[in-house]
Amino acid sequence: MSWAGKILRVDLTNGLVKAEPLNMDWARAYIGSRGLASKYLVEEMDPKTDPLSPANKLIWATGPLTGTMASTGGRYTVVTKGPLTNAIACSNSGGYFGAELKMAGWDMVIVEGKSPKPVYLFISDDVAELRDASGLWGKTVWQTEELLKKTLQDPLLRVSSIGRAGENQVLYASIVNDLHRAAGRSGVGAVAGSKGLKAIAVRGTKGVGNIRDPKAFMIAVKQAKKVLADNAVTGQGLPTYGTQVLMNVINEVGALPTRNHRDVQFEGAKDISAEAMATPRKTDGKKHLVTNQACFGCTIACGRISKMDESHFTVQNKPQYWGASGGLEYEAAWALGAANGVNDLEALQYANQLCNEDGIDPISFGATVGAVMELYEMGVLTREQVGIEAKFGSAQALAFLAEQTVTGQGFGKEVGLGSKRLTAKYGHPDLSMSVKGQEFPAYDSRGIQGMGLAYATSNRGACHLRGYTVASEVMGIPVKTDPLATEGKPELVKAFQDATAAFDSSGLCIFTTFAWGLPDLAPQITAACGEDYSTENLGLIGERIWNMERDFNNRSGMTAADDTLPKRLLTEPAKTGPAKGRVNELAKMLPHYYEVRGWNPDGTLKPETRQRLGL
Amino acid sequence: MQKVLHINADKCTGCLQCEMACSFENYGTFATARSRIKVFDFHHTGKKVPYTCTQCDEAWCLHACPVEAITIDRLTGAKVVNETTCVGCKVCTIACPFGTINYVQESGKVQKCDLCGGEPACADACPTGAITFIDANWTGLDRMKQWAGKLGNQPAA
Repeated sequence: MSWAGKILRVDLTNGLVKAEPLNMDWARAYIGSRGLASKYLVEEMDPKTDPLSPANKLIWATGPLTGTMASTGGRYTVVTKGPLTNAIACSNSGGYFGAELKMAGWDMVIVEGKSPKPVYLFISDDVAELRDASGLWGKTVWQTEELLKKTLQDPLLRVSSIGRAGENQVLYASIVNDLHRAAGRSGVGAVAGSKGLKAIAVRGTKGVGNIRDPKAFMIAVKQAKKVLADNAVTGQGLPTYGTQVLMNVINEVGALPTRNHRDVQFEGAKDISAEAMATPRKTDGKKHLVTNQACFGCTIACGRISKMDESHFTVQNKPQYWGASGGLEYEAAWALGAANGVNDLEALQYANQLCNEDGIDPISFGATVGAVMELYEMGVLTREQVGIEAKFGSAQALAFLAEQTVTGQGFGKEVGLGSKRLTAKYGHPDLSMSVKGQEFPAYDSRGIQGMGLAYATSNRGACHLRGYTVASEVMGIPVKTDPLATEGKPELVKAFQDATAAFDSSGLCIFTTFAWGLPDLAPQITAACGEDYSTENLGLIGERIWNMERDFNNRSGMTAADDTLPKRLLTEPAKTGPAKGRVNELAKMLPHYYEVRGWNPDGTLKPETRQRLGL
Repeated sequence: MQKVLHINADKCTGCLQCEMACSFENYGTFATARSRIKVFDFHHTGKKVPYTCTQCDEAWCLHACPVEAITIDRLTGAKVVNETTCVGCKVCTIACPFGTINYVQESGKVQKCDLCGGEPACADACPTGAITFIDANWTGLDRMKQWAGKLGNQPAA
């Protein structure tokens, strides 16, 4: 089985909680986590729902492999309709919270309505109750976790919560667990804030004990762990350097978006890279990087734990930021750094700590600051409006805007809207480097063509975690393709999107796919669940999930016109590097992608596609 | 040869594979809450420290037990709780200076590490070598070798 078989429904409006049996037909067809929670959302909610209204639902979901010995089995997702994108949102997080929720005996928590006063949800195995959170409202994520453990006298509690940014409904507010692991994207934290839900605190002692074939499971799991250990990326690159191993690599291929995508290479990349994190600082002789860290069950351990220079201008007399803390990961280092032209590693880690402390997505925040800096340099925004001189490269402006945004002060309120709304407000919507309202991650699609198609068609807006063709186009996983070619990319993007949806729904981490394919996942999940999760079936399930998400977006009012990229990427050629002179050739890929997907030219699903996928 | 669990906290990443392996070995379920080895996360320093029973020779728990429910496994040297004899009085949990023997409310007995009869599941599951099961007389071997390397890795004169 491996599912707990039970979900918790929370009615915030009336203050009620209720246990329900899991819909096993849906579980078999959509596995868990991303797929299964999305199925519940799609079935239960009008796609046109306003994301910040009480009618939106907010689902915490584990997968069948969450809380098991399968490597990386600590993931959970938060599924809702995203306020940043108005599309289906699904943000995935590691740490320990997800496994604890599963070990308490719950596959999912479905939160509905809006509480008349701030509350948090307390779960201890079968016991679940809403409790008053007036003492927690206004507190940061870090304070919330500390206060809950202290007042409940339980240091083993696991907490998933929002900070002040979520309360203030910053449109890219995240939900953070275990201090620095986040369901980061699309503004899932703002939805929690809109509902008056501060946190979920959970203790789970029951465990996951209903593995269908324990013997086969342990054999499959051990074998798959060996594949991870023997692989150069998951066995060496990620544990040693973290995702930051990519900074110099992506800069060299000319796909490191710089200064709001004006450039594709950053002269300061080396200063904010994995190598820089591991080199002793001139100021105090200490390394930025302290150690690597694993999430629950993870045998890769890519997480970074760093310590800042205590004399750095951002943290002088602020000892709360002197301890070891999460960061920097590649996406955050890029968004807070290259996207703004800032090469001050310490300033990036300070901003990153604020993102974790008060729960905002560093990618959307950093990219929005990039847009602000461009508007500032154009003279559209002034020093008086922003509150500080905000030219590209200013570490002071980055730190100041991070403080203002997480606390909802001054110009931070506008930064909290995200780049799409902010640039539109000041008359330059083309300067928002986003798709469906969500900012790009750290790969410029002029230098990695397939990523342009992956971004344009991603169901949650621009995102690297929905179809990471960088693996193929840059790293040669599973096969090397030419990053500047468009031929074959529709098929490649589809294959990555479908496989990713299956992995995301299992409860495992997508980083395993640097070493694993669906044939490595199949025996583990089959032994755990006792279902026919063959490689082929998993691929089909992934495709089903992708199409279900797409259909939800279509019914919410999105059209093929939303599957596009900002003008800059389609018309302004890359200035330097291997992709010099190139734009993203989306138009060459998109129509064929629709065909490969079995969609009509307007981006809707053909009847035969629905039928084939059981939608 | 007697073997012991040897812990090198510097290698621990905090993945909790050991805790899951322990609970699976003893209860057939993945439940970190029921593990006999615990990993502590000191987030201000970034250190993770696995901690479990060291199998004291003069075990406080064994001597404190009023019903002689804790005995020595002659093969492994482990101090083992006999569940049928244990009355759940918890005196051993008071006696143990290290806190590594604990009461289990579900069973009404105490539990502690028993070295899995000589094949500890935690050591087998640890992906980084932070937990190993090695010759009891030579737990310092790795560290000695590390320092010896100062000489050994120099080219011959």
